[in-house]
Amino acid sequence: MQRSDRWVGFGLAALGLAVLWTARAFPPVPGQKLGSAFLPMIIGAGLLACALALIARSFRAGAYASARDAAARPREHFGSAAVIVGAVLAYIFLAERIGFLFIAPACLLVTLLALRVRSGVALMWAIGGTLLVHLAFYKLLRVPLPWGPLTPFY
Amino acid sequence: MDTLSTAFGMVMQPYVLLVMLASACYGLFVGAIPGLTATMATALLVPVTFFMAPIPAVAAIVTATAMAIFAGDIPSALLRMPGTPASAAYTDEAYLLTRQGRAETALGAGLVFSVLGGIFGVLVLSLAAPALAEVALNFSSFEYFWLVMLGFTCAIFIAGKDPLKGIVSLLIGLLISVVGLENPAAAPRYTFGYPDLMGGISLIPLMIGMFAISEILRFAAVVVKPERVSEEPFGNVFAGMWAVVKKYPLSLLRGSSLGVLVGALPGAGADIAAWMAYAMSKRLSKEPEKFGTGHVEGIVEASSANNAALGGAWIPALVFGIPGDSITAIAIGVLYMKGMNPGPTLFVNHPQNIYAVFIVFMLAQFLMLPLGWAAIKVAKRILRIPANVLMPLILLFCIVGSFAINNSSFDIVVMLIAGVLGFCMERWGFPVAPTILGVVLGSMLEQHFFSSLIKADGNFLAFFERPIAGVLGAVCIVIWLWPLGRMLLKRRAALPSL
Repeated sequence: MQRSDRWVGFGLAALGLAVLWTARAFPPVPGQKLGSAFLPMIIGAGLLACALALIARSFRAGAYASARDAAARPREHFGSAAVIVGAVLAYIFLAERIGFLFIAPACLLVTLLALRVRSGVALMWAIGGTLLVHLAFYKLLRVPLPWGPLTPFY
Repeated sequence: MDTLSTAFGMVMQPYVLLVMLASACYGLFVGAIPGLTATMATALLVPVTFFMAPIPAVAAIVTATAMAIFAGDIPSALLRMPGTPASAAYTDEAYLLTRQGRAETALGAGLVFSVLGGIFGVLVLSLAAPALAEVALNFSSFEYFWLVMLGFTCAIFIAGKDPLKGIVSLLIGLLISVVGLENPAAAPRYTFGYPDLMGGISLIPLMIGMFAISEILRFAAVVVKPERVSEEPFGNVFAGMWAVVKKYPLSLLRGSSLGVLVGALPGAGADIAAWMAYAMSKRLSKEPEKFGTGHVEGIVEASSANNAALGGAWIPALVFGIPGDSITAIAIGVLYMKGMNPGPTLFVNHPQNIYAVFIVFMLAQFLMLPLGWAAIKVAKRILRIPANVLMPLILLFCIVGSFAINNSSFDIVVMLIAGVLGFCMERWGFPVAPTILGVVLGSMLEQHFFSSLIKADGNFLAFFERPIAGVLGAVCIVIWLWPLGRMLLKRRAALPSL
């Protein structure tokens, strides 16, 4: 039992209800009673039932499990993880516009710094890593990477 | 015989052998770095195998995973940190041996018994898979429906610690699998108007997200104090190994058999096999008091088990298309991508491909001995490579690799969402294996369920009428009801006798 179970349970219950609600619109197979809605209905109902069981279990377990759970976890800092998610999002939105050769070293540099690599070393790996991936995927595997303003040169 | 020589010809190509050699080095490197798992190694390999012919693609995956599972033992012995989860069961034992100045025994046993366990796994795979395929040729949609259900059941009730969270994980996997047009009425489900979602969620970017991105996020979020590599010098890793083999033949056989069996169970892989084998070794040992003090017996049994599990996991994957572990779940995706659709007909129509897979498996085990020895020699240098430099490079590799599958940025989005989902699930105590099983087998379940229902004209009892389907169905129901039965038995035992 984890202390997160209760609110994860509420989230899963909402997801289950949403799946049940949306599944009503899926059509049946011609000539059959069941159709495309059948599996989503089972999934929605299952999620709802499991969510209620999780919530009930979390209330039964009470505060003891919460304290034990908190003590067992190692120290965490989500800032670095958030930077990584941000770097991937930046790649998704900017790769086409500014090109792989600019966005890739930028993403690498930011994530290296977020993982506490010294700035000089980080800059070296950001450039080296980009060239390595460029060599592996573009030169060897012929993947059409996004080039942005450098497109006329490729 | 002709088929076998054709298969040999397919494998003994310079290109295939070179791919195997490169994958072996890659697998040893990834496995030896704590935090990078064998499943992650497989997921990262897929974008590269995408550009290869089927046999080298499978050879790359098989070789890299076998090497990675062994290489996980190296940091266990030298750093007290398992390189992959499959080595976690005997990390303390191996490190204690190193502290006693017997690192060569810990590393040698890890290497030799990984090879022997791996060979056992391949032998069982090559004997059991064709025999099972012959039986499976007579299977109808009823048997396949129950096989998929049995796969789900094993992943939740046998391999998992918390069945409730296992069921939630499976339902999330099934929910991901229903996205797209592939359903009985060919209606768009949860596509939200995006053409990219019409064909469903791409499996490979999803796997890269679940197994690689989630690990990177975990590495970034959890502060782990870097460990110092043990500076104890060590001698020849093969010295004294023959004596160990002669002393513990039963442990080798027991560990390998358990490994194959656990590997073949859907949802349970090398890590669970190693934990179970270590526990069994301690329970059945003549010297249980020595366990936990730097005793090699547990390492013998558990390291045989984790490598044997790899071969075992390929049995249901090749015969039924049901993955035995997370690695084969990814491998099945590669097999489909290469037109080598798993199933019993693959054994009839393209037996040379199947034999080539077996040969590749065996060759990988033999390669492990010299390359594993070399990896141990340079281990201290590999272990000094800082993981915080590697992780961003792997991140860029994941991004470009996911893009390369369909040349679509949408796949990077899938990868990121799957990564965050995998990270959150692990943090909240939900197992990832049932989700993967749900994603891979969701459409198969739905297809066989509807085919069976149409054949049976809506009569649900028909699902139990064919003998094998009936037995599989009954086994599933017994496992589902087992927790309830156990609870009732406990209550009855607790009641005061009248």
